[in-house]
Amino acid sequence: MNIDFANFTPLASLFGGLLLGISIITLHFFFKRIAGISGIINSLLTKTETNDYKFNSILFILGLVLSPLIYSLFATPINVSIEKNFLFVVLGGLLVGFGTTLASGCTSGHGVCGVSRFSIRSIIATLCFMFSGIVTVFIFNHLL
Amino acid sequence: MKKILYFISGSIFGVGLIISGMSNPQKVLSFLDIFGNWDPSLMFVMIGAISITAIYFMIIKNKSTKLSIDKKLIVGSSIFGIGWGLVGICPGPAIVVLGSANIKGVIFFIALLIGMFLQNKIVK
Repeated sequence: MNIDFANFTPLASLFGGLLLGISIITLHFFFKRIAGISGIINSLLTKTETNDYKFNSILFILGLVLSPLIYSLFATPINVSIEKNFLFVVLGGLLVGFGTTLASGCTSGHGVCGVSRFSIRSIIATLCFMFSGIVTVFIFNHLL
Repeated sequence: MKKILYFISGSIFGVGLIISGMSNPQKVLSFLDIFGNWDPSLMFVMIGAISITAIYFMIIKNKSTKLSIDKKLIVGSSIFGIGWGLVGICPGPAIVVLGSANIKGVIFFIALLIGMFLQNKIVK
């Protein structure tokens, strides 16, 4: 095992993680809502949710969309580069959308919220997506 | 007026993703590449987020009661992981990347919505 110390940012990552926790706690404390992002996005696509519920989802998503702008007021603006070609971007998006909805959660809903509540379901889900993510990267980086 | 907290939570979440490195696809792919030049930083995101959230859930005594492990959970999570490993973006960062006005990010987000839509249609 070879650790990439040049790009290792434990403190920034820890601090970012604490902010995620603060956001999750705020949402749950005031509204009893779990900050699972795939669920929040999907609530806009389902007919069963009330308009009020959808409006709240939109407010949260708006905060997320504007976060790069808010961040740029205090620090160097982020410059995202997606290196994979368009075909993989489309395929990846489809799989992430389909998979997270089928599993009723993603990195936030299962990986953080669920694991924090010691949910067996979420721990299993997290192990599954970590494992398949690691295998996928292994195939691309070391086999192909 | 209380609803503004939804917006504020979303912004804090987004800034947290940016600072932590979760919204940087290259960092995510490097985190998943445990057999290559491994960048373990994102483990610290989990540690930071889970520690504070777990304390909160313990204080308010909110424990998970659902125990059922079904095929949907296993298959869905595994499919999600493949997509995550392909591009390095999960749903939260997908919205952040959308806000950074990246063309591939926009395409990824549209594909993600189509994936969700198809799942809602196909799986009963």
